[in-house]
Amino acid sequence: MANLTINEKNFTLDVEPDTPLLWAIRENAGLTGTKYGCGIAQCGACTVHIDGVATRSCGVSVAEAEGKKITTIEGLASGATLHKVQEAWIAKDVPQCGYCQSGMIMAVAALLSEKPKPTDADIDEAITNICRCGTFQQVREAIHTIASA
Amino acid sequence: MNKHVSPKMNRRAFVIGTAAVGAGLAIGLDIPFGGPTVVRAADGSPEIGAWVVVRPDDTVVIRIARSEMGQGSLTGLAQLVAEELECDWSKVTTEYPTPGQSVARKRVWGDFSTGGSRGIRSSQDYVRKGGATARVMLIEAAANEWKVPASECSVARGVITHKASGRTTTYGKVAEAAAKLTPPADVKLKDPKDWTIVGKGLLRLDTADKTTGAMVYGIDVKLPGMLNAAIKDCPVFGGKLKSYDEAKVTGMKGVKKVVKVGDTAVAVVADTWWHAKTALEALPIVWDEGDNAKVSSESIAKWLAEGLDNDQPAYVGNKNGDAKTAIASAVKKVEAVYSYPYQNHATMEPMNATALYTADRCEVWCGTQNGEAAFAAVLEASGLPAEKCDVHKVMPGGGFGRRGQTDYVRQAVMVAKQMPGTPVKLLWSREEDMAHGRYHPITQCKMTGAFDANNNLVALHYRLSGQSILFSLRPEALQNGMDPAAFQGVAQSGEAAFGYSVPNLLVEHAMRNPHVPPGFWRGVNVNHNAIYMECFMDELAHAAGQDPLEFRRKLMGNHPKHLAVLNAVAEKIGWSTPAPQGVYRGIAQVMGYGSYVAGAAEISVTEGNKIKVHRIVASTDPGYIVNPAQVERQIAGSFVYGLSALFYGGCTVKDGKIEQSNFDTYNSMRINEMPKVESVMVPSGGFWGGVGEPTIGVAAPAVLNAYFAATGKRIRSVPLRDQNITFA
Repeated sequence: MANLTINEKNFTLDVEPDTPLLWAIRENAGLTGTKYGCGIAQCGACTVHIDGVATRSCGVSVAEAEGKKITTIEGLASGATLHKVQEAWIAKDVPQCGYCQSGMIMAVAALLSEKPKPTDADIDEAITNICRCGTFQQVREAIHTIASA
Repeated sequence: MNKHVSPKMNRRAFVIGTAAVGAGLAIGLDIPFGGPTVVRAADGSPEIGAWVVVRPDDTVVIRIARSEMGQGSLTGLAQLVAEELECDWSKVTTEYPTPGQSVARKRVWGDFSTGGSRGIRSSQDYVRKGGATARVMLIEAAANEWKVPASECSVARGVITHKASGRTTTYGKVAEAAAKLTPPADVKLKDPKDWTIVGKGLLRLDTADKTTGAMVYGIDVKLPGMLNAAIKDCPVFGGKLKSYDEAKVTGMKGVKKVVKVGDTAVAVVADTWWHAKTALEALPIVWDEGDNAKVSSESIAKWLAEGLDNDQPAYVGNKNGDAKTAIASAVKKVEAVYSYPYQNHATMEPMNATALYTADRCEVWCGTQNGEAAFAAVLEASGLPAEKCDVHKVMPGGGFGRRGQTDYVRQAVMVAKQMPGTPVKLLWSREEDMAHGRYHPITQCKMTGAFDANNNLVALHYRLSGQSILFSLRPEALQNGMDPAAFQGVAQSGEAAFGYSVPNLLVEHAMRNPHVPPGFWRGVNVNHNAIYMECFMDELAHAAGQDPLEFRRKLMGNHPKHLAVLNAVAEKIGWSTPAPQGVYRGIAQVMGYGSYVAGAAEISVTEGNKIKVHRIVASTDPGYIVNPAQVERQIAGSFVYGLSALFYGGCTVKDGKIEQSNFDTYNSMRINEMPKVESVMVPSGGFWGGVGEPTIGVAAPAVLNAYFAATGKRIRSVPLRDQNITFA
């Protein structure tokens, strides 16, 4: 059993403590917006915020996540109001297949909360998610659009 | 995903399809007395022809048979229908018919296959006619109501107007009456110059849910009582499952069952996938690896190299004059051998499918590039007839050709068949996905060019040795044993025609098929053929002491469309002016999938092996452009995919197995490595070419030719990581 706080809700989940947070989120909490891509913290598809820090949830155990504030893509918006990254992603038509974009959006949201006006170098350093469709150009443009708003 | 809703229908209505959950639609048939059949969508709204449903609130539902997988075809196809329909684009939505429904209606939606950059070009004619047909019927219904000739009525944005009387109505109001009319036998399509929706870079229709986590991919499918399965197939292709020790895992948490899947694989079914995977890893498995376990990358390379020998048999794909004789008597010869490795598609979402099997029905939910092929796989694996099966397509997390295959669908049904009545989601781990790809085929190529005394290219011999995709996947498409697709980009004519005129030309393929299964990988054979030809063209230009662009131009006089895109990139990148200090340029062109493409790169190289790509310019002529914003994304994405393969890709074989297991050993480009791609679109009209794939052909050679310009070193094999060349 584990007690997790996800998107400001408390979940008591029937999982072993060494279960990767990714799978507890997807299968036990039922929040499937967070994606599985590699399971070895390489691709970033499973990125969530843990206490505000962009973290690859496949590399964190449930035990390590207990007592912390976890935010997934489903918890990024404030009620019906989308987060500015989500809005920019829609306005700039960023996603292609979209599978990596939950993680991409979470990584970008964390970057912008730390650096509201990131340079290209900041983006290059902070955004290390894999996108096989190749949406990087739109990702960069959308970040700059948000930063200049 | 739409819950199945029972529409309000009259007593004659009935519903085909019993999907409990699905992206598809339930279809009702409404047979009025004395009129044609009215077919209804799940919510009871009438079809106006198979492609269009109009709801009372004026929402237009456009049916899409091809699969969206990120390439934007769903939006482009909807634009084509909407253009002819003259509806309000802001009220357009889309839905997928299921393959089962299509088969039940004599394939009214045509081909579902979404590969070969055919999504739009192969269906543009009939989907536009579908839109035009519906428009004619809707106008006629209004005219009938007003008792005026249809010719006096006009429509704009779904509002029908009879100008003389000042009356107006909407598509939603006349849809019921329109559905009862006989469709016109023939419709006239708009002249492309009159397009107002097609040709615009409209926003995609499927974006919002991709930003909130709400989009349902195959991996996200949830059905009541569903269990999860993890699978291991024999890591040596062609090997078999010998035995496994089920007792070692039966007591593990969540484990429900261990099942044999065909002759080659074993799966653990559990409450969660994490439990299934954990148990599978603990399961002792003995494989019968067979003779293929002796195969390695080295043994494959040796076998392919033998095929480069002119004494070995080969299929001739393109021929002009007598290249061998001309080469033998030439003043100057240039020869080079290139190679291209296996590549995994590495879609972000690993292969998966969810199946529910009962004694008299089998349904599957999955991402697929070919709904009908998936449907056929369900029929075969379940043993049930077509009317008892269906496939519900959900968004695939990438396709790139991999999801045109149905191995994972078949497996899911084979697992579910052993758990009748229980839905089972089968998900491959990334490691399983890397080990069981349908890989970009492996080839080598020996090219020989010959010059006369004036440095004119008089002969070219292009000898390919290696794998045929069609031999493995579509043997019925071979022509007397020859794989015509092997010559993509260097073919005599057609949609992937060679763009140079050489007086003595011989293009041939010594087919050698190792045991590693090949597949259609974004760009397919254009990838390696364009690398070989365009890098060698660069070698020939340097051997002749000529500028690579000018050298090409001299050979392209009879290929104006190839030349036009090459000129477009040359101009945009500023080929005639010097590059910035320390920056070097490379250029390439090819034709594939009915489109002409060219690319140019500006790079710098530090420490001899660290490449920074500063600029990419790419040009494409696909004839017509439906959505330029999406074409631009496909061009840029082709560079990311192509350069990832060039720098980081390559799958190697050891003991008959693929060695790479995840993104740590099969890396992919990140944002810091990718410059902006400047697209130059030069649609010349009159033909319909594909967009998703052709550009990948020029990605690697543009960079490799720039690398030569920067360093004087010629790279003739992929990936660059094997040669200790990386991104700066």
